[in-house]
Amino acid sequence: MTAVFVLAAVAAGCVQSSATLAVARWPRRSPAAAIVLWQALGLGWGLATVGTLIGLGTATRRSGVAGSALSQLTGLLDGRAPTSFGFLSAARLVCMAAGLVLLSLLVWVLLAVSAAVVRARQRQRVLLSLLAHGDPKVPGALVVDYPAAAAYCLPGLHSAIVISAGTLDLLDSAELAAVLAHERAHLRERHDLVLLPFIALLHGFRWSQAARRAHRAVALLVEMHADDRALRQRPARELATALLRVGAAGGCRAPSGALAAFEPELDGEVTARVTRLLRPAPSLSVPALALVGVAAALAVIIPVAVLVVPL
Amino acid sequence: MDVLWEAPESLTVRQVSTQLTERDLAHTTVMTVLDRLSKKGFARRQRDGRAWRYRAAESREAYVTELMLSALDQTGDRQAALARFVRSVSGSEARALLNALEALGEGTQG
Repeated sequence: MTAVFVLAAVAAGCVQSSATLAVARWPRRSPAAAIVLWQALGLGWGLATVGTLIGLGTATRRSGVAGSALSQLTGLLDGRAPTSFGFLSAARLVCMAAGLVLLSLLVWVLLAVSAAVVRARQRQRVLLSLLAHGDPKVPGALVVDYPAAAAYCLPGLHSAIVISAGTLDLLDSAELAAVLAHERAHLRERHDLVLLPFIALLHGFRWSQAARRAHRAVALLVEMHADDRALRQRPARELATALLRVGAAGGCRAPSGALAAFEPELDGEVTARVTRLLRPAPSLSVPALALVGVAAALAVIIPVAVLVVPL
Repeated sequence: MDVLWEAPESLTVRQVSTQLTERDLAHTTVMTVLDRLSKKGFARRQRDGRAWRYRAAESREAYVTELMLSALDQTGDRQAALARFVRSVSGSEARALLNALEALGEGTQG
């Protein structure tokens, strides 16, 4: 039973740590390190939770949780049903089934969300090829004649940065350059792939406060990281004023009002980004970064080790 | 596609070709492009004698709205998973932001 206890402890630990990490201040100083820790916590939670359920369901524990679950499953498939059916073996079967369902749900949601994302981007590309045009004010970006202020990037092999005509009117050339630098950082570092598992988590567990919290925190950290990258090319003030102008201009309120729905929890995110641009705190010290790295590694290594190595 | 959007009624391939004089495209090229547009659902076509007549399936504005809605969906259901520059902010925060902007302006003067 040791293996199951360790896995359950890791799963609970990951959820608890994510709650702490979501309200911590240090991730704003080193967003990249915090993003790595978020990913490790997510992966560790998934492995440990599935492992706990399957571990509860396995009778033998000679070859680690994964090994004994596998041998038990192949036994069931071969038609070698357990000889005696008591309450205990029924409970085990339920736990095993729950673990397998959770595992397939996690894999399925990730695949389904990836496919939906690819389809939506394909449609975006087709529409952009019909609607968008270039503009000398934003070299390399596509301009769409849309009155509201909006800027985003379309990741992928044929990536694009899309700027609305409203943004061109709103920002001066220095601010536009800062926006482009920010979006180019997203595309160069494939931030969409960083965010994808958390979007999948959001889709799989819509009711879950923890999933929403994780997604929001990582999305904000990704933006902060792209801000940091943009600062290598552009002054902080240009990026800050660009953020404020686009944000205060109502972003992308559609004429139909379809986008008027607001998430109140989002308030403060823009101010947080502007604040750290104008009053930058020093990034984490090397020992602190090493500590974050070790924590991230442990969150993944412990459940993997317990699943594979017999205890 | 721009020609179809500008046109008040459906056009034949010949009519589209004549409006694209500055591009100097072959009649067959225009025919192929219109055929592909209709297959992708951007243009609707109907028989008119021996020729097809094409018109845009939706207005340009409708496509722009679709593009922006799917890219900037604020409901958290971001199917396209596009990282946008900044989300719009609500009234109270907009005021705080404007104050910050003014403070910034004073900073540059001082």
